[in-house]
Amino acid sequence: MTASAVVFWVLTLIVLASAAVVVLSRSLINSAFALLATFSGVAGFYVLLGADFLAAVQFLVYVGGILILLVFGVMLTHRIQDLDLRAEARQLVPGLFVAAGVFILLAAVATRTPWAIGAGRLPSATTAEIGRAFLGKYLLPFEAASILLLVALIGAALIVRKREDA
Amino acid sequence: MDALLRLFSLIPGWDQNVPAWASISLAGLLAAGLCLGFISLGPVGYVYVERKLAGFMQDRLGPMRVGPWGLLQTIADTIKLLFKEAIFPAAVNRPLFVVAPCLVVIGAFMGFAVLPFSPTWQGTDLDVGAFYVIAIGSLSTVGLIMAGWASNNKYALFGAMRSAAQIVSYEIPAVMSLIVVVMIAGSLSLQQIVAAQAGGLHNWFLWKFFPLNVIAFLVFFTATLAECNRTPFDIPEAESELVAGFHTEYSGFFFAMFFLAEYTEMFVASAMVSVLFLGGFAAPLPVLQTVAGFDIGPVWLIAKAWALVFVHMWLRWTLPRLRVDQLMHVAWKVLLPIALFLIVVIGGLLTAPATAGGFPWDPWFGWPLTALLCGYLMLTALRAWRWHARQVREAVA
Repeated sequence: MTASAVVFWVLTLIVLASAAVVVLSRSLINSAFALLATFSGVAGFYVLLGADFLAAVQFLVYVGGILILLVFGVMLTHRIQDLDLRAEARQLVPGLFVAAGVFILLAAVATRTPWAIGAGRLPSATTAEIGRAFLGKYLLPFEAASILLLVALIGAALIVRKREDA
Repeated sequence: MDALLRLFSLIPGWDQNVPAWASISLAGLLAAGLCLGFISLGPVGYVYVERKLAGFMQDRLGPMRVGPWGLLQTIADTIKLLFKEAIFPAAVNRPLFVVAPCLVVIGAFMGFAVLPFSPTWQGTDLDVGAFYVIAIGSLSTVGLIMAGWASNNKYALFGAMRSAAQIVSYEIPAVMSLIVVVMIAGSLSLQQIVAAQAGGLHNWFLWKFFPLNVIAFLVFFTATLAECNRTPFDIPEAESELVAGFHTEYSGFFFAMFFLAEYTEMFVASAMVSVLFLGGFAAPLPVLQTVAGFDIGPVWLIAKAWALVFVHMWLRWTLPRLRVDQLMHVAWKVLLPIALFLIVVIGGLLTAPATAGGFPWDPWFGWPLTALLCGYLMLTALRAWRWHARQVREAVA
């Protein structure tokens, strides 16, 4: 087994185990903190694939932004420690269907994409390539996503703002 | 790490017998050990300097009893702290309570992986170095929140919430003013950012597009000050209202870890500021770069970082603490608009061929400004020292 395979399996173990904690844990706060290991593990996968910029983004956005806001929200919830928030209903058959559907979709994408396999050189600096792709070929989807985020931001600000007439 | 790897190759038969991954891992471990030694011994010095400085600024003597001029005071304090019992209050969430300080220290320590001490003395020259430092900073924030939550104490929780809000807010002006430097250097790699500033004081990014980059420097420095939770931004542990903020319930070694993390963060943040704006390991005068054939880049980086750590301490004993709303006001309504303005203006200047290399007056302003600044700082220090000496004399007389 090569060194990168060892690293891959260790990361897989970390991601799966912590993801299991996220889903199965009784306390919401433990779930939230277990997400830290999941996100870090995914960042590790990016590093393993040579996508250094994506790894840093993964860490900055998911750990630095989303996780912290999530924990913030959890902490503001009243008496969170004694609350058991796991879902009561267990829907095995629909769940299996959804899982199978997602699996088929992902497998189809993974097998049908023409991956650049072979004795190529890894792109030495991914940052420049990503920047060119975003501001060149994929400018329209990039800007559409920006506008979507801007709308969400303005919407959130409007909702929390105190109305002057009320 | 490159330097260590080259050192290994000097051992006869090393390259033939030791696989590459083993020698890289060994070099990494050694380098990490070196940095760990540096940061764990650091606070002993920093705390002494900080207490002496506090004494000087408040016109008293500071620690004087243990050893000559109190030099052994912090060593005694450290030993006491390490041997003290770590108390676990009954209602804490034990696993999180233990993991939290570790996360904070890891987050602070990981910055050392990319700090360039010289062209060869660097953990690794990541292509996204500057971005990496910002990204791993979030680990410390998670650690602080975890500490506050696990303590099961309302003051600790308040401290953690304040700290999270503060760090998340100040990250934005920090990144925005970082972009200015990245745009000028054309790279996120810290090694290349320093290389773009080599050749003397006047090449430092601080003086580029004078006075625009000075403003960017001030914005970035203020933001890093806030991310280190130092006064005037120390509301997460405001002792007059929150006991000790997020580390209220911590004692013994666990408390020491928070302390270690705080001083490490201060050093890493100051080193980042000096890499981005003050030339990093590049000497102020090109002739000072080597001494007897040796590259003394590490000395320059550490000296610059320590000078900025001194400014951190200086501000701590000079400025009053900000209120929460003032803090948010500064981040979102003052620093962020300034940083955005700088990005737009400097981006425009860089694309225009006439100013792509800086303003026409940049090379003329760099030297005199630096000399003026250094002169002013020395004069201020001298005046403060003479005033202090006179006060002591009058008190004795």
